[in-house]
Amino acid sequence: MLSDWQQLIFGRLTASDFVHDPIMAGAGIGMAGALVLAMIGLTYFKKWKWLWQNWITSLDPKKIGVMYIVVAVIMLLRGLADALLLRAQQITNGSTEVLTSDHFQQIFSAHGTIMIFFVAMGLIFGIFNLIIPAQIGARDVAFPFLNSVSFWLFAAGMILINAPLIVGEFSTAGWLAYPPLSELQYSPGVGVDYWIWSLQIAGIGSLLSGINFFVTILKMRAPGMTMMKMPIFVWSALSSLSLVMFAFPILTATLGMLSLDRLMGMHFFTSGAGGNPMLYVNLIWAWGHPEVYILALPAFGIFSEIVATFSGKRLFGYKSMVVALIAITVLSFTVWLHHFFTMGAGADVNTFFGIMTMVIAIPTGVKVFNWIFTMYRGRVRFTTPMLWFMGFIVTFTLGGLTGVLMSVPAADFQFHNSLFLVAHFHNMIVGGVVFGVFAGVTYWFPKFTGFTLNERLGKYAFWLWIVGFLLAFVPLYILGFMGATRRLDHYDPSLGWQGLFIVAGVGVLLICLGVAFQVLQVIVSIKQRKENRVGSDPWNGRTLEWATASPPEEYNFAVIPTVTTRDAFWEMKKAKHHEVTPEYADIWVPKRSGVGAIIGLLSLIFGLAIIWHIIWLVVVSFIAIVVAIIMRVTSDDTEEKISAAAITKREMNRSAA
Amino acid sequence: MKHQAEEIAVQERKTLGFWIYLMTDSVLFAGLFATFAVLRGNTFGGPSGAELFNLPFVLLETMILLVSSFTIGMALLGSARGFKKQTIFWLMITFALGAAFLTLELSEFSKLAAEGNSWQSSAFLSAYFTLVGTHGLHIAVGLLWLIVMIVRLWRFNFKKSDLGRLALFGMFWHFLDVIWIFVFSIVYLMGAA
Repeated sequence: MLSDWQQLIFGRLTASDFVHDPIMAGAGIGMAGALVLAMIGLTYFKKWKWLWQNWITSLDPKKIGVMYIVVAVIMLLRGLADALLLRAQQITNGSTEVLTSDHFQQIFSAHGTIMIFFVAMGLIFGIFNLIIPAQIGARDVAFPFLNSVSFWLFAAGMILINAPLIVGEFSTAGWLAYPPLSELQYSPGVGVDYWIWSLQIAGIGSLLSGINFFVTILKMRAPGMTMMKMPIFVWSALSSLSLVMFAFPILTATLGMLSLDRLMGMHFFTSGAGGNPMLYVNLIWAWGHPEVYILALPAFGIFSEIVATFSGKRLFGYKSMVVALIAITVLSFTVWLHHFFTMGAGADVNTFFGIMTMVIAIPTGVKVFNWIFTMYRGRVRFTTPMLWFMGFIVTFTLGGLTGVLMSVPAADFQFHNSLFLVAHFHNMIVGGVVFGVFAGVTYWFPKFTGFTLNERLGKYAFWLWIVGFLLAFVPLYILGFMGATRRLDHYDPSLGWQGLFIVAGVGVLLICLGVAFQVLQVIVSIKQRKENRVGSDPWNGRTLEWATASPPEEYNFAVIPTVTTRDAFWEMKKAKHHEVTPEYADIWVPKRSGVGAIIGLLSLIFGLAIIWHIIWLVVVSFIAIVVAIIMRVTSDDTEEKISAAAITKREMNRSAA
Repeated sequence: MKHQAEEIAVQERKTLGFWIYLMTDSVLFAGLFATFAVLRGNTFGGPSGAELFNLPFVLLETMILLVSSFTIGMALLGSARGFKKQTIFWLMITFALGAAFLTLELSEFSKLAAEGNSWQSSAFLSAYFTLVGTHGLHIAVGLLWLIVMIVRLWRFNFKKSDLGRLALFGMFWHFLDVIWIFVFSIVYLMGAA
């Protein structure tokens, strides 16, 4: 009787689910402790109101962008800690028995999931929020409230994926949870459910963001900015967003079906009753391969802006860059099967996907040459963003070439699931996406704070990163050739792999040191902000975001600029266009709203309820979400006016200061 | 008040955004259709579509949904001319037709389940229930949306934003009709053959 009631109220949640081994408990208590400390700090300094009014309820994409990046950086630290544990296990070959096999599997599943969904996606969407409106000469995104909902769904997913450190366990089925392992029969616990619902909730947020920014770019560009006059970063974002729009619904459907298998006893991907596990693998990669380009294309865009600015030249081959972006966007939907050549689809199918994979290297190669030609005969300034760019060219080309090696189906039978593959995709994602974001953050940091990041510490961080990165991943290529597969928690010592694993481990430590320097860089830069204060255009920039104040006003532009050429701001500076005294008009901005955060919170509760099978809470939270949405969409009073007089005052004060 | 040109721009953004949302929803359905196409033969020794589907019954469902597309068109015509009563009337008819469709679908589902052919029986039935059920879920969302709009129109006079919302709802409802045509052709007609 008692247990019936308990099940009704708590689902399958019991007190023993809170008990963890020392490492997980330590991490969980550490994370919860940091949260409690932050709350005490907020209370002590009376900052709750400030947090609520300026951040949580803000619909300003610049604020939302910063929040994305803060969350992603915290998750980067979590993912890095996971990586350290994995390497520690492999260096010692499991002799210290710190991690059980089960825990090791949870860690590599969490590492991959967190790094892709909550680090890379968070950083990219953060930069979209910060840069896209300003670069196209707009004041806001198309749907400011929806933007807030997207962020809070992302945040809810982030909390869900970290919750297993406190209660329950994480999935052991790898970052893509292949069935039948991820089916109820083989993974009866809550781990896979945590994985599904964390990604489902965050993924819906990404999809909504994709629609939002796509409409923003198509409909809200400054007058005169035709498609071929858009900054190249905006083009890269547009390509990436169209991939989001086509790929994320597939993820939603796939996760939904896996969840129906687990919750409702369906048989989509089970090994019995006619289910087809390979169908899942096809579907998840039909999302997963475009996802790689969703992350990589914006990084290409960031580098294109940086290399043009710091070479003091127009980007070489703008049109071919645009064509290459579009080509990659289309082709990225025609290569997904190269993730499982070994499935047995037959020689013809494998050949097709192998050739398409080789073809996609061509537009990417075009871009690499365009970047190098942009530097050619330019007046190159070797700032930290430029260092990241040149590090990227080396690591990304290396990764690209190993990718072409693997695109040969016959060869792939050797490389499949080996550490060679692991080295390849880290080359692309770390050397491509992460370096790109680091470069972008350093480049745009003064735009949003008014002061630059410390260059010396940034350069130290870069060199530690690049050396550490090569040390960490080149040995994996060699190990892969030697036959080491991925996700190994122990191996026969006679294989002679340990030395190379140690080298890789040293590399990871250097990366950690690099990250420490980056943290130090931010702290020191904030401390010395008075000395490092710069105007609105510290790098002699070329695009419209540099025409706004640093930090930009809520409305970005008091007067929407008219664009006549590519590199609009560069041309304006040459024409001294900005010295004309402008006429100000009233500006309408969205009112603050807490509903986005509330929907995020309710989604978090919904996720937890469905993971733990707490049926009454599933129903209650779902109804609450529906009510919140209805209340929001039926309200017409969502904007407020900043009067022309107020704007004149703000603009005058700033130019006086 | 806001400039009129700006209000038109905002509505244009909403319309484009909604078109794109419908496109992403089509991709979601495409995933479910592809899954159904792969799994339709995997009956695991159970009955196939030909043995289960009652085509005249499905044709009735189809006709009801098609007529509801006509009635929502009437509601939109009414709203464009500012006829409040006419709009509410046709919205209610649309609601009734949508609810009838959903009732028929649910009765078909429960009949199948009662005969021992539930979503747990085979991969084919999992794919069938999920594809058709996802369409049904969209219809349910549409019904909820209709209730909200009817209540608002009843209580308040027409606002510009209401006209915009009605237009978006019209797009949504026609979209569900199009999806249903595919369900009818691919799941039922091709399944019964």
